[in-house]
Amino acid sequence: MIIAVASGKGGTGKTLMATSLALSLKEKARVQLLDCDVEEPNAHLLLNPAISGREPVCMPVPQIEKGKCNYCGKCAQVCAYHAIAVVPGYVLTFPELCHGCGACSYLCPEGAISEVGREVGVVEWGNSDGVEFVHGRLNVGEPLALPVIRKVKQFANRDGVVIVDVSPGTSCPVVEAVKGSDFCLLVTEPTLFGLNDLVLAVSMVREFDVPCGVVINRAGMKDGLVRDYCEKEGIPILLTIPLDMEIARLYSRGIPLVVGLPEWRRHFIELFDKIGDMVHEGTGRIKR
Amino acid sequence: MKELVVLSGKGGTGKTSLVASFAALASSEVLCDCDVDAADLHLVLQPTRRESHEFWTGQIAIIEGDKCTQCGLCQQLCRFQAIRDFRVDAKSCEGCGFCFHVCPVGAITMQDKLSGHWFVSDTRYGPLVHARLGIAQQNSGKLVALIRQQAKQIAQKDRFDLIISDGPPGIGCPVISSLSGANLALVVTEPTLSGIHDLERVLGVCRHFGVSPLVCINKYDVNEENSRKIEEYCYSQKLTIAGKIPFDDAFTESIARGIPLVENCSNGTVRQIESLWQRIFESLDRYQGGLKHADLRL
Ligand code: SF4
Ligand code: SF4
Repeated sequence: MIIAVASGKGGTGKTLMATSLALSLKEKARVQLLDCDVEEPNAHLLLNPAISGREPVCMPVPQIEKGKCNYCGKCAQVCAYHAIAVVPGYVLTFPELCHGCGACSYLCPEGAISEVGREVGVVEWGNSDGVEFVHGRLNVGEPLALPVIRKVKQFANRDGVVIVDVSPGTSCPVVEAVKGSDFCLLVTEPTLFGLNDLVLAVSMVREFDVPCGVVINRAGMKDGLVRDYCEKEGIPILLTIPLDMEIARLYSRGIPLVVGLPEWRRHFIELFDKIGDMVHEGTGRIKR
Repeated sequence: MKELVVLSGKGGTGKTSLVASFAALASSEVLCDCDVDAADLHLVLQPTRRESHEFWTGQIAIIEGDKCTQCGLCQQLCRFQAIRDFRVDAKSCEGCGFCFHVCPVGAITMQDKLSGHWFVSDTRYGPLVHARLGIAQQNSGKLVALIRQQAKQIAQKDRFDLIISDGPPGIGCPVISSLSGANLALVVTEPTLSGIHDLERVLGVCRHFGVSPLVCINKYDVNEENSRKIEEYCYSQKLTIAGKIPFDDAFTESIARGIPLVENCSNGTVRQIESLWQRIFESLDRYQGGLKHADLRL
């Protein structure tokens, strides 16, 4: 089962949720944690995994063979991302704009284009105290996160429990990370920003046919707004974590909640059971 | 004209709350919300919308069922696994057009996509340019480039000498797009291990694109030891810490009331924000603009 942990707003506690959920389940099942927030991966800071392998993520970009090219301009014409320009006697490529679609090399009538890998990030894997760990890291200065996210997701093994830590927002990196999940857990906080971005995250989930549930983090006296919204939309609130200095300090020091306060483990196991029920019964899908 | 962009790497460090206060403290400026994915600035600034525009960019492949002979070539060649059972999955298609070019019977067309909307609004503090990228859309970088350009045009036309941009989280394409060519970046971090880690990465992006950064530690008292680490790190990198703001519930309250904190109350936190703004303002004069990114057609 694949559970994506997402949120529209950043900093609501996705990584806290994902890591504590993984650690609470490791005695019950084979657990993988995939950190797909490849722009700012943080789960390793809480899990301290022993890294056992790493592999660069490469994007296939065109390389022009001068002797074969007759400057016909076909490649520049088919590239949707303006990553190739042909001027008389010269072909310019802009590898940072290339999406690696392969159209130019396939369609070049002279067979003058081959592909070479350009490193855009790295994927690392290992183990943290019984939790299988994988994360990706986009190289600084690189714009496109999708190839790195795809590579991380290739590690998912549906036979166990797979927890995917998703980047904030609602655009393509989020969609890529959530794609293929069986459940989407949305983490929010009871502020105006939290609610605004939860509404956006719910419309993102609506694009998929997966059940979802909400976790309210830093809950306090002002949860009414979020609660009313969830009730109106028929989205269950599966867990509430209070606004608590002790919890905030644990996180700031990189200590997972269920390690610092083991009594929380029980709540995370309950949360997982609720998710399991919803997935099996097929409830909790939000109406389009 | 100067442009300040406020970034954080990690989300939720309090970037937008600070930008709202800067909006109130600066005397005359154009505001620009570059977090086109999950824009929040309008919640505090309560703008009146003046203009609304559609944002068309990119394409999506469509297979015409009655023309398709199910040869399977497109399915085999699409690198993004976007075609299954002779249908295109809109969420996976990157609009590259490979399938369109190779289909032997011309059954595939490429359709332009409405990827979002952008707006020009009025706030009490000046014009606000903001946007809403459609759910699950690509091209956030392009939309950011577009609204920044609009903000610049407005500033030129109406003689504003400052643009304040609220940047998106992360380090990928919308962040690069928010940063390129700005005069100064303010990076708002928090004293958590994640905050420190993400700070280093976003500073790397600033360096990469040649924009000088200032650093602000928000909620510094949540973990003073980590705050010291950030200060030491910045010192070793010759970076200026422009301010340290305490954890304060008043932020949440001011957001709920739709008023920037500096106008909602006057306490120690407000004075800290005021001196932070003073330092930013002085630095804006000193720094030259960063390099223009090679291309904004991302
Ligand atoms: S692989 Fe695709 S995106 Fe890259 S240069 Fe060739 S046509 Fe353009
Ligand atoms: S346009 Fe490109 S990404 Fe979209 S379906 Fe065709 S080959 Fe795949």
